[in-house]
Amino acid sequence: MIKSDMLKPKHQRLVLLGVAVVALLGAALLAVWALRHQASYFYVPSDIVSHPPESDRAVRLGGMVVKGSMHNAPDGVTVRFLVSDGKAQVPVRFAGIRPALFVEGSGVVAEGHLVAGTFVADNLLAKHDEKYVPREMKDMGAARKAVAQTQ
Amino acid sequence: MHGFANPARFLRLARPATPWVLGLGLLIAGAALGWGLWFAPADSLQGDTVRIVYLHVPTAWLGMMGWGAIATASFAEIVWRHPLATIAARAVAVPGAVFTAVCLATGSLWGRPAWGAWWVWDGRLTSMLVLLFLYFGYMALAAASEEQGQGQGRVAAIFGLVGAVNIPVIHYSVIWWNSLHQPPSITMGSSAMAAEFLVPLLASTLGFTLIFAGVVLMRMRTILASAQAEARLRRKAEGAA
Repeated sequence: MIKSDMLKPKHQRLVLLGVAVVALLGAALLAVWALRHQASYFYVPSDIVSHPPESDRAVRLGGMVVKGSMHNAPDGVTVRFLVSDGKAQVPVRFAGIRPALFVEGSGVVAEGHLVAGTFVADNLLAKHDEKYVPREMKDMGAARKAVAQTQ
Repeated sequence: MHGFANPARFLRLARPATPWVLGLGLLIAGAALGWGLWFAPADSLQGDTVRIVYLHVPTAWLGMMGWGAIATASFAEIVWRHPLATIAARAVAVPGAVFTAVCLATGSLWGRPAWGAWWVWDGRLTSMLVLLFLYFGYMALAAASEEQGQGQGRVAAIFGLVGAVNIPVIHYSVIWWNSLHQPPSITMGSSAMAAEFLVPLLASTLGFTLIFAGVVLMRMRTILASAQAEARLRRKAEGAA
């Protein structure tokens, strides 16, 4: 009785499809795991320091702009700054128009080449973080703290 | 649950529910957008461009939930062969694709001032674009199986299930891989978003979810009505012959 109940086509389909979905998810997870380096949009400074790319290879470097490291050159367009991931730092040079959200202490993605230890960027992208803070709160200087408390 | 899978019973519930769901959704979404555009504060870094979030996040959420609904309905279609599951999956495809497209467009408009680029091929943006193409593929398959007279096209259902692997990829793309897109601000039980932004965002998400549900109800009723009309015409033709 139980056996014939188990073999009902409806239950058979349920079990088969359940197995198929689990197998599919497993395959997708494995693929994603294999892609974990290739699918990244940029290298972090410690990647660049441990495996420096050849100077003719275009790469992206992402990290935080170190506070106090930004220096504007006298020509008015060139800027130098340090990008850090907390473990390593890479000096960056860029000449051109900077995105509005590009500030010290904030995230940045630079596209360019590594030339003799300095990353020469052709393009800068500002990376916004997940924090949303009203302008008025920031002026009070308590914004980051208030957000941190809600976490 | 099986009781609701009966088309006649579904119609009895859906007919009076549609205007309420749709009307309430329009009201809440409209109020939330107005709130977000005029009364919510500007962000300390992004300035006024932050206001696009009240459209971008709800459409992103619904684009992904839409495929979640297609996958669930496809599962029910294959296992229990419910005709209503097929209809529900078909009805979600178009609004799902539209919301995904709006999400991509608003994200692009925000990306130019915030990042300095209209588009980048990072994990989040690419997987979201893949979702849009999956919707197109699903609609094409569903239309093709209908043309062949197989309203119960299994191929579309299998495609709906297989395509669901993209949903966790979209969600975790910003966590697994370095990406330009920021990680989620709102996670289980915590928010990195100040309440001034969070409350109108949640209201707008609720409003757009109701609009989405209302559109799906309308489309399901349309599909049912056209199937009934077709069956009636066929009976008439057979009677005349």
